[in-house]
Amino acid sequence: MDRLLNVMTIFSALLIGVVLASVRRAHIRVEYSVSWLVAALVLLVLSRWPPALAWIADVLGVTQTGPAAAPLVLMMVTGTLFLMVLYRLSLRISSLKDSNIALAQRVAILEYHLESLDEKAKAATRE
Amino acid sequence: MKLLILIPAYNEQGAVGGVIGEVRAAMPGAPVLVVDDCSTDATITVARDAGARVLPLPHHLGLGGCVQAGYRLAFELGYDYVIRVDGDGQHDPRDIPKILDALERQGCEMVIGSRFADGSGRHTGFLRAAGIVFFRAVLHPILGRPVRDPTSGFVGVNRRALEVFSRSFPLEYPEIEALVVLQRRRFRFAEVPCRMRPRRAGRSTITAVRSLYYMVHVLLGVFVNVLKFEGRRK
Repeated sequence: MDRLLNVMTIFSALLIGVVLASVRRAHIRVEYSVSWLVAALVLLVLSRWPPALAWIADVLGVTQTGPAAAPLVLMMVTGTLFLMVLYRLSLRISSLKDSNIALAQRVAILEYHLESLDEKAKAATRE
Repeated sequence: MKLLILIPAYNEQGAVGGVIGEVRAAMPGAPVLVVDDCSTDATITVARDAGARVLPLPHHLGLGGCVQAGYRLAFELGYDYVIRVDGDGQHDPRDIPKILDALERQGCEMVIGSRFADGSGRHTGFLRAAGIVFFRAVLHPILGRPVRDPTSGFVGVNRRALEVFSRSFPLEYPEIEALVVLQRRRFRFAEVPCRMRPRRAGRSTITAVRSLYYMVHVLLGVFVNVLKFEGRRK
């Protein structure tokens, strides 16, 4: 049990470190690092504070009691947190794709108009 | 009456020139716009040489994004009707007058060139035929009437539909979802019999492997569109 919590602590700390390093190098924008940092911090706190895990187990009605409930609760919390982060990223990706398509269409339409103007200007010059 | 012939094309250098030539022969004087979905071959050059104007997309958007770009431009330029002809040569441009006539006479927002409206259904592969049968069954209760060829890309729209599609248009495999988008706004559609031919060059975007993905994707898109808009048809 302690080993699992220790592994989770190391994993959370590594995740925080990787995310902060990525932000520092501008590989991830600050607004997208927040979800990951919050998820990693929650896991870090839970892995170092077993009473909180016991309380969550009690709230969720997990039948095992005491230290036996901790791994199950920890996995549930981890899964839920990362699902939330992934869902949030899916929302952002969908929004960005819509913006990207609209932008590409606008660029093409402006290029078309520019070309039309260019042709008109050339025709006027010839006359 | 302003009519635009819209040809979405992606790597269609082998066919698009012939299609443009046929369109210009069938509809002399009608402007032809090729929307190039960032082809890696000479589609743009071939289209320009054949006498079409080209709307070049800066990167590949897929069929829906490509067609919508054409609809957006057509709406901005004030066209009353837009008829879409695929760049692979499967649609016979000699049928364009039939679609235009139906748009003008019947006043419906969309006219579909249907390979089944006269009961023939020639040049339809097994997978496509199976998909058509499936989506006919799905769409019938949603549209409140039968549609014989929901996957046809040989489609004419009037300005009302153009306004809607320039704002909201399905982005991948758009034909079937577009029917639901129109129905949510209580727009009408009609089908006219048209000839379909084997593609002249290139490959279909819907291969055997992708057909299952296509079915699931379109089915999901149909139901999302059903839930998306208010004003259900009574």
